[in-house]
Amino acid sequence: MGRTLTVIHALGLMLVVFSLAYLMPLVTALIYAQTDVFEDFLRAMLLTLASGVLMWILTRRYKGELSIRHGFLLVVVMWTAMPAFATLPLLFNMPLLSFTDAYFETMSGITTTGATVLTGLDYLPPAINIWRNELSWLGGMGIIVLAVAILPLLGVGGRQLFKAETPGPMKDTALTPRITETARNLWLVYLGITIACIASLKLVGMSWFDAICHALATMALGGFSTHDASVGYFNSPAIEAVLMVFMLMAAINFSTHFLVWRKRSLTPYRQDVEGLATIGLTLLSCVGIAGFLWWKGAYPDFLTSLRYASFNVISVATDSGFSNTDFNQWPLFAPMWMLLLSCVVASSGSTGGGIKMVRTLVLVKQAGREFVKLLHPSAINPLKIGGHVVPNSVVFSVLGFIFLYFMSVTILTFALLISGLDLISSLSAVLACLNNAGPGLGVVGPASNFGVLTDFQTWVCTFAMLLGRLEIFTLLILFTPQFWRR
Amino acid sequence: MKILILGAGQVGSTVAESLVSEANDITVIDSDAAKLALLQERLDLRTLVGNASNPSVLEQAGIADTDMLLAVTQSDEVNMVACKLAASLYNTPTRIARIRSTDYLSRPELFNKDNFCVDFSICPEQILTDYISKLIEFPEALQVLQFAEGRASLVAVRAFKGGPLVGKPLSFLHTHMPHVDARVAAIFRKDSPLIPEGDTVIEEGDEIFFIAASKNIRDVLKEMRRMDKPAKRVMIVGGGNIGRRLARALEQDYQVKLIEFNKKACSKLAGELAKTLVLNGDGTDEKLLQQENVGEVDVFCALTNDDENNIMSSLLAKQAGARKVIALINRSAYVDLVQGGKIDIALSPAQVTIGSLLAYVRQGDVAAVHSLRRGAAEALELVAHGDRKSSRIVGRRIDEIDLPKGATIGAVVRGDEVIMGHHDTRIEADDHVIVFVINKAMVKKVEKLFQVNLGFF
Repeated sequence: MGRTLTVIHALGLMLVVFSLAYLMPLVTALIYAQTDVFEDFLRAMLLTLASGVLMWILTRRYKGELSIRHGFLLVVVMWTAMPAFATLPLLFNMPLLSFTDAYFETMSGITTTGATVLTGLDYLPPAINIWRNELSWLGGMGIIVLAVAILPLLGVGGRQLFKAETPGPMKDTALTPRITETARNLWLVYLGITIACIASLKLVGMSWFDAICHALATMALGGFSTHDASVGYFNSPAIEAVLMVFMLMAAINFSTHFLVWRKRSLTPYRQDVEGLATIGLTLLSCVGIAGFLWWKGAYPDFLTSLRYASFNVISVATDSGFSNTDFNQWPLFAPMWMLLLSCVVASSGSTGGGIKMVRTLVLVKQAGREFVKLLHPSAINPLKIGGHVVPNSVVFSVLGFIFLYFMSVTILTFALLISGLDLISSLSAVLACLNNAGPGLGVVGPASNFGVLTDFQTWVCTFAMLLGRLEIFTLLILFTPQFWRR
Repeated sequence: MKILILGAGQVGSTVAESLVSEANDITVIDSDAAKLALLQERLDLRTLVGNASNPSVLEQAGIADTDMLLAVTQSDEVNMVACKLAASLYNTPTRIARIRSTDYLSRPELFNKDNFCVDFSICPEQILTDYISKLIEFPEALQVLQFAEGRASLVAVRAFKGGPLVGKPLSFLHTHMPHVDARVAAIFRKDSPLIPEGDTVIEEGDEIFFIAASKNIRDVLKEMRRMDKPAKRVMIVGGGNIGRRLARALEQDYQVKLIEFNKKACSKLAGELAKTLVLNGDGTDEKLLQQENVGEVDVFCALTNDDENNIMSSLLAKQAGARKVIALINRSAYVDLVQGGKIDIALSPAQVTIGSLLAYVRQGDVAAVHSLRRGAAEALELVAHGDRKSSRIVGRRIDEIDLPKGATIGAVVRGDEVIMGHHDTRIEADDHVIVFVINKAMVKKVEKLFQVNLGFF
């Protein structure tokens, strides 16, 4: 029990820090002179702050180092508690919104999914729109990484958290010897690219407000837009091009960006096998799908086809979830292929979700290894990625992950099927949420949204988003009896 | 000359052996007394037990008046430190170190005067690897030796039926291939040397040594025998220092399979090598060899530490149908026994690597020395210095030079140009002259010929 209270103590601190995040919508409300919205956010901020301080003071006797076990617990508690607190301004401002839908919306933000239950985005108060996108952005790099940079300053050890946050295979090429230093550096890179994105979007014709909102959503690969028609509202190839570039950047491991920035050379990009695979597979798919749509007559000429195919393929594959057309209307192969890409494309250490490219590479190579083993029984054939040997223990954990991933897809899809949703909608909704991609197909396609789902279905999708964002293991470990055994 | 050798391992003792016969004062230091005793039994030299990077030990060995330090212990670090000590404390004029680690070798500034003071670094494993790579590049050749930084090559090949030149006099070579300049330096028929003249007729089974610009090797080889397809599949047995380097050098251009006995070493190799297929097993296990299709292999290299295993696995491979088999054999008695039988090439690491060392040790300006025919003959690359007055070489036509019988000037490398040695070729100062010596006993005379004679002033 004492240890669990230590987790609550840390959570209290986190909430105090999190309450600072309300400043941005507060300022926005001031700028747009919307006093009622300002009051809603101020109340939410004070409530969050008070809860945090209360938790912190009541449990201060239990302050101490966290074990790995409680690191997991803290991560899960944080990722469920923060969206819960983040619903406050939405509930205050929109009395008709149910808690279920509000929680879905904030969870979708913090897990960088980008699926929404709200309609009439164009008419929402700007502060609310900023709040949704800021949640995405904070969730993007992982509030955890931010916390890792800040928490140690408050006297709480952070290394365990980092471990719980990123169970991906390898990539632990520590960039700097100290974990806080690493987190701070990654955060700076993240911030830097975001600012570049805001400036580029402004340059190609967005308003400051739209540019900030979309840049926040792009870097987090979230996909919240300020318009119901998403990026289609702007109908501007230049804006789409900028977004595509930044989405692809956000789908690459941020440590690679950091290395590029620190070494002042582009070699780290060339050496990042995973990133190359991410970019290569995505671009190849863009061209392929463009050709397919053109051939099927969806668009009159190849260039138009390429424009729509590229934007939507990149958006779905990198798990952002913007759209500039209703790709639900395309021949089924194209959206299904995009959905498949959304499972595998994003790099580890990026803000995207799903299986992650590095695990896909491990699987592909493991399959090749089995063939070699059959042909050459005495061969010693280690699995290598980018010239580095991947230990067998990692290969097994990847296999375990994949198994859990597909089991999750199956079980959650069945849950939606039981509730009466059709197969395409169920499967695509589960994949879109589990991969933190955003729009699915069928009734949850880009033209409509998740608002049509029943409460039960919404909760299933909320769970899927959390499960995907915490890379399955971190969440499911809490459901194992061993975890609670002393 | 007074020479101090550090390390009585394979390299150290081979060097000692070949230098003793050239009348030098030699001292060998090693920490293993047994090795030294073995060496002293056979050779006339002084030995000292101790740590080779210890100043007091070096002093005891008489480093103060030593002309040359050869640091060839197993450890790169000891070799480097010894060179540094020799330079800083004792002013030893020439310091040669064996450096194996590519980590060090890729930073040549480490070896300059301000740092470790290594005049020359040698890496026997690398020399051997280069040598074998050349043999795989030209599977028809018995030996491929490079001169003048690879510009000119000396190639040994056995004449076979099907070569246009076989059964014809040597002068035919020139008329048959007017655009390619090559020169036959020597012919060995039934193991006895012939001095090649224009009317010498090449017979089947002759071992022919020719010199040509490196880019022309393939054309000349074609004249001597029917060419096979270039090698594609290579199998290496033994993943030690040499096997590993060879696999790494070849894996981009060939399909390489590497068999290693030690499972732990296998995992390490498989991690280091990108494309090579690493197999865990015994190179003499015929089941394993068959399973891996040894019969389809173009070149089979047995490179373990064990002579007998190398011979046996090469014989097995040849039996199964491998096109060309190469065996690494340390004991010179075995080399003579095996070469020319079923095994195509018996490699003696000492013979291959000693040349690069000898080049530094020899008098005059010797740029390279290569042993041929198991050390019986030698090919030398000498630099001509001085002018017509001070040198007996410079400014003279080849037929004016008083070469001892059995020595021929094969080629002259002038800058980037390779000139074949005809009777009317005139030698200029700073030319690299490639001399082929049938009998090792005449090497001294040739070297003397190239020394600048002060008496002429």
